[in-house]
Amino acid sequence: MESGFPVFVVLAVVSILSAIGVVAFKSPVRSALSLVLAFFTLALLYFNLGAQLLGISQIMVYAGAIMVLFLFVIMMLKLGGHDKQPEKTDRRLYVAIPVSIAIAALVLTKFIEPMLHVPVSVIGDEYGTPQAIGPALFTTYVWPFEIASVLLLVGIVGSIMLAKKRF
Amino acid sequence: MTEWLARQSELTLAIIRVLLLIAPILILVPGLIWWERRLLSWMQDRIGPNRVPTMTNAKGRKYRAAGLVQTLFDGLKLFLKEDITPASVDRKIYFFAPALALFPAFVLGGTMPFAPQSGIWQYLTPVADIEIGLMFVLAISSLGVYGVVLAGYASNNKYSLMGGLRASAQLISYELAMGVSLLAVVFASGSLKMTKLVEMQEADWLGGVPAVQNWFILTPYGLVAGVIFLICMVAESNRAPFDLPEAENELIAGYHTEYSSMKFAVFFMGEYAAMFIFSGIFACVFLGGYNILPIDWAYLHSTTGSSFFKVVADLNYWLAPLTFLGKCTFGITFYIWLRATLPRLRYDQLMSLGWKTLLPVAVVNFCLVGVWLIMEDVMSVGIAWVTYAISVVLILALWFGIKNKLPNKLERRTVTLVDPKRSA
Amino acid sequence: MQALIAQVQGPAAAQMLVAYLALGLALFVIGGIGVVLRRNPVVVFMCIELMLNAVNLTFLAFARYQPDQWRTPTLGDPDPTISAAMSGQMMVIFVMAVAAAEVAVGLGIIMAIFRMRNEVDIDDMSTLKD
Repeated sequence: MESGFPVFVVLAVVSILSAIGVVAFKSPVRSALSLVLAFFTLALLYFNLGAQLLGISQIMVYAGAIMVLFLFVIMMLKLGGHDKQPEKTDRRLYVAIPVSIAIAALVLTKFIEPMLHVPVSVIGDEYGTPQAIGPALFTTYVWPFEIASVLLLVGIVGSIMLAKKRF
Repeated sequence: MTEWLARQSELTLAIIRVLLLIAPILILVPGLIWWERRLLSWMQDRIGPNRVPTMTNAKGRKYRAAGLVQTLFDGLKLFLKEDITPASVDRKIYFFAPALALFPAFVLGGTMPFAPQSGIWQYLTPVADIEIGLMFVLAISSLGVYGVVLAGYASNNKYSLMGGLRASAQLISYELAMGVSLLAVVFASGSLKMTKLVEMQEADWLGGVPAVQNWFILTPYGLVAGVIFLICMVAESNRAPFDLPEAENELIAGYHTEYSSMKFAVFFMGEYAAMFIFSGIFACVFLGGYNILPIDWAYLHSTTGSSFFKVVADLNYWLAPLTFLGKCTFGITFYIWLRATLPRLRYDQLMSLGWKTLLPVAVVNFCLVGVWLIMEDVMSVGIAWVTYAISVVLILALWFGIKNKLPNKLERRTVTLVDPKRSA
Repeated sequence: MQALIAQVQGPAAAQMLVAYLALGLALFVIGGIGVVLRRNPVVVFMCIELMLNAVNLTFLAFARYQPDQWRTPTLGDPDPTISAAMSGQMMVIFVMAVAAAEVAVGLGIIMAIFRMRNEVDIDDMSTLKD
């Protein structure tokens, strides 16, 4: 096992528990909070993988911006009210969980397990530094990058259009 | 001492570094509160806290030490007060929120170097000298909103909730301008590493004046970025005039209305620790970090041969933490001065300042840094100055050209309390 | 950039890769269950974010631990290991950008629906169907 493995185990347990929390909590605010925790542990997992720039972007983008927006909306709509009726659990539960577990088992045995027996190369820790990502982002991947920026612009315009009451 | 530190394991060193960062903050926060109250009272032409005696001698003479112990007794009072938990709060989140408010305030300083990276100091600071130091600062400061928002939500009180909502909108808005203003500096120095940023500021001023250090506040683009960062850092730590989340005339006390005793004290401490560390980051990024003056003592020593400069250079090295503390005090004094001077902004003013003034200025500044760097690279510093000045004039002309044609939606209200004509 | 590669081939690396992939799969499945089961659109949305992040984790795992036989050589690239690591990270960056845009628009839609109907339950939103 590699040296990062014990750290991985701890983080994996925390992230799975908080992911279950997202689904299981009745109150949307609690769901949002456990999702923040999940994103935070995912960022730490990225650090464990050596991808430091992406790990810190994960905290900045997801924990710092997206989840704050979620909390903002939940509070604006008062969805997290204390006197709200909890959602009903319905029969879909008894279908959804076995089917998902079956699919997961299928993927695990057919696609993931065979990788135990193939030769794998490991890249050094420096691949995740800004010095390594920056040149790649602005040379090889410059067109996808521009398209992503246009997409974000469209997203801004679209959300303003949706939020405006009258034109 | 240096050899002993060099022999220690990474874990021991990490613990020492964390203690060296956290302990001064915890010790200095009461002093900070005292400084704020004294300075504020001086600015408002009153006396301020100076009554609590430190000791009384046998003849009954009291020593007061300018009220320094007042803060300690205030803290003691907060500890001993009854801790009231309202009946209908969301208990878990209610208890969790103050802790979450304190966490980013302390973690924020994790990449901040308070002394040069050589000799003994390299083992003592910063806690983690990571490649992405400045992004770490931005990421952690963006987590600061959770404590406030959750406190507002969990209190189950309309005013608290509104305080939390205001805080989340405000912090997200000012984060952008802050990030872009820092980007300008990162662009100029070519590194996100905090220690590297400080070292870059020890280079020759504007690439051409050898005796003067290139503090970013002394460069034209750095000055603009620094002012924007200074405004944004006040907004990020919810201080006057940006303290809308706790505006007492509208929201009672905002998000901490329902908090009492120790839990309130934790919010209070988080705010002051954040002030402290933001000032430190400002000092690191714009004010040349731990250097006393923007003067290259070693260069002067080698050119003039005078041993005086050698002594000053050594002093500069050994007094680095004190210098850094002095610069933090400078930032904090700015905070207090601002609080004493400016009235609180209205909410629409706050938003339009963030989105329509600071963010565009920061983006334009970011573009101009690019122009500056290219001109400095291709031509010379003088040409870069000229290009920068021409660009600024062009942009200002463009702005004043279209300004009057834009629809002005910002509401202006004037209230005349005493009619000057009638009272005269 | 040649200094980047530390060729630690062997079973340890493969086990790490499988561990990360299994974690990604678990998170993806949990998110999927949430999407199917929950009725609050905001929570459904959060579960979608969780699924996106699970995929990001697999991208990064493949960027770091690269199975040799599936790594396709890129044209004119001196070192396929580095370009594979970079492309994995780039995908994560683009997924983050897409997720941010998606959240802005999606939450805008939820707000608009709430303003129109004053209650949000995903199963009741069938105006277009009926």
